Amino acid sequence: MDESQFIIKQISVFSENRPGRLAAIAHALEEEKINILAFSIAEANGFGVVRALVDFPQKAYKKLTGLGFNVAFTDVIAVKMRDEPGGLYEIANMLGEGAINIEYSYAYSGKDGAVLILRVDDAKKAITSILSRGGTLIPSSTFQ
Amino acid sequence: MHFWDPRIEEMPLEELRKMQYRLLKTLVYRLYSFSPFYHERMREQKVHPDDIRSLGDIGKLPYMYKRDLRDNYPDRIFTASQDDLVRYHVSSGTTGKPTVVGYTQADLNNWTTSLARGLTSCGLGRGDVIQVSYGYGLFTGGLGLHYGAERIGATVLPTSVGNTERQIELMQDLHATAIACTPSYLLHMGEVAEKMGVSIKNDTDLRAGILGAEPWSATMKTRIEEGLGIKAYDIYGTSELSGPMFCECSAQKGFHVWGDLAYVEVLDPETGEPLPSGEKGELVITMLQKEALPMIRYKIGDISSVEDEVCPCGRTHPRVQRISGRVDDMLIIRGINVFPSQIEHALMNIPEVGDHFQIVVDRKGALDEMLVRVEVSPEAFSDKITDLMKIGKLVEHRLRNSLNVAVNVELVEPGSLPRFEGKAKRVIDRRSL
Repeated sequence: MDESQFIIKQISVFSENRPGRLAAIAHALEEEKINILAFSIAEANGFGVVRALVDFPQKAYKKLTGLGFNVAFTDVIAVKMRDEPGGLYEIANMLGEGAINIEYSYAYSGKDGAVLILRVDDAKKAITSILSRGGTLIPSSTFQ
Repeated sequence: MHFWDPRIEEMPLEELRKMQYRLLKTLVYRLYSFSPFYHERMREQKVHPDDIRSLGDIGKLPYMYKRDLRDNYPDRIFTASQDDLVRYHVSSGTTGKPTVVGYTQADLNNWTTSLARGLTSCGLGRGDVIQVSYGYGLFTGGLGLHYGAERIGATVLPTSVGNTERQIELMQDLHATAIACTPSYLLHMGEVAEKMGVSIKNDTDLRAGILGAEPWSATMKTRIEEGLGIKAYDIYGTSELSGPMFCECSAQKGFHVWGDLAYVEVLDPETGEPLPSGEKGELVITMLQKEALPMIRYKIGDISSVEDEVCPCGRTHPRVQRISGRVDDMLIIRGINVFPSQIEHALMNIPEVGDHFQIVVDRKGALDEMLVRVEVSPEAFSDKITDLMKIGKLVEHRLRNSLNVAVNVELVEPGSLPRFEGKAKRVIDRRSL
């Protein structure tokens, strides 16, 4: 099986924690007509990291680095999640059983139901682990 | 103990002072009579050569600044005719117009002698292979050390700067025992060697480094000595004094400023009053024997202190301690002197941060707080907050170690800190005292 079809390129942007920075990032993406499909901000003392799944990651990378932003690609996976009590437990448990560590995650409720985005320590192992336990992964082609 | 010229190097202090007075007196008369620049300066200051009746009277003479060289570009202050000049060197001109310095044959001889004494004093001589990794050319470092090393009968390996892997190969193949370069270049060399699988400590014959041309801290010295298994000797000079001139001896207790060539004063930067031995202040140097481009009371802008008592090595000439920074950018944080150059140094050795930084000083209640803002290098950027926090902590830790003062560090976006074409203004002092 080709696990790589489930590996999604998330863009991560370093941002100082001050007014207008998120607006600057969002505006840049708007200018390029890039759609943000899922999104989160992690914050620390004085700075934050904006993480997003976008429809054209290369274009977004080029635009944002051109503006001087520090941008990196990160491999994440997206798991379809039952939008009812126990949905998160089901997926977290699959990963726990597979001895996979979750570095971070964020969720959103898409048109076809809830989706959990995960950065894990071993993406390929996570993919086999989830699929072998009956989970559903969303292929990257759905987003990008 | 090795001496190049024991008669001079061990000259009793009193005798040395008499010699200095004689040289100063001759210098002042010569310049008053033959140099329009000095004549005018001394007239302005209302001082006549006859007013110099002791070495202490040097305080009556006017200062000289780097801007005097710029204002008289290229050679209007020179007191030797072009026929008598045997060499030029030119500064890099990072803060504006470059400055040109010239040398007569006697000037070059004195320069070389000064280094011959210094290199001998740190135990080098015939049989040593000295790799000169200072830049050759208009910069004074390469040629200065080159001639000094040849004079003591050592074998010179003139590698200049750059092509580091080849430098390391040659260091091994030709059994270099000493290297002359900037401390930061030597550290870089150590890193490159490691990548090549070469340990400078175990796989080379290197045992001494003659390091200078930039401010460096005592912590860095320890790091070099322990990491590379060599003795690190401080060397000092600027092109206006000739070039690298004054070197630490085997006692490693500051560099000896040869009294027959130079007279050093340490002055309170605020009042201009002379400070006693051991106290930190601004170095003012008078070159007692320069012919082509004399320097009386030259304000270099470096801060240090001087020790007058006889060195354990037996030399009587005053020892100047490691340069701790520049007069024009010293900050006092909670009573501790902090120089942006020290911060720059610490940051330069951290690959996770970029080349630019900014220092913001505030006073919270009665206490000073210093914030250093650094850019995260694109290579080091991670989307994991914990990785980024680690970088912040690492920088805080390194700065605290080298400054002895607590520092807050803020990571900022690359390109967000101001860039400067001229002299950088990296300090924002918001304290109202």
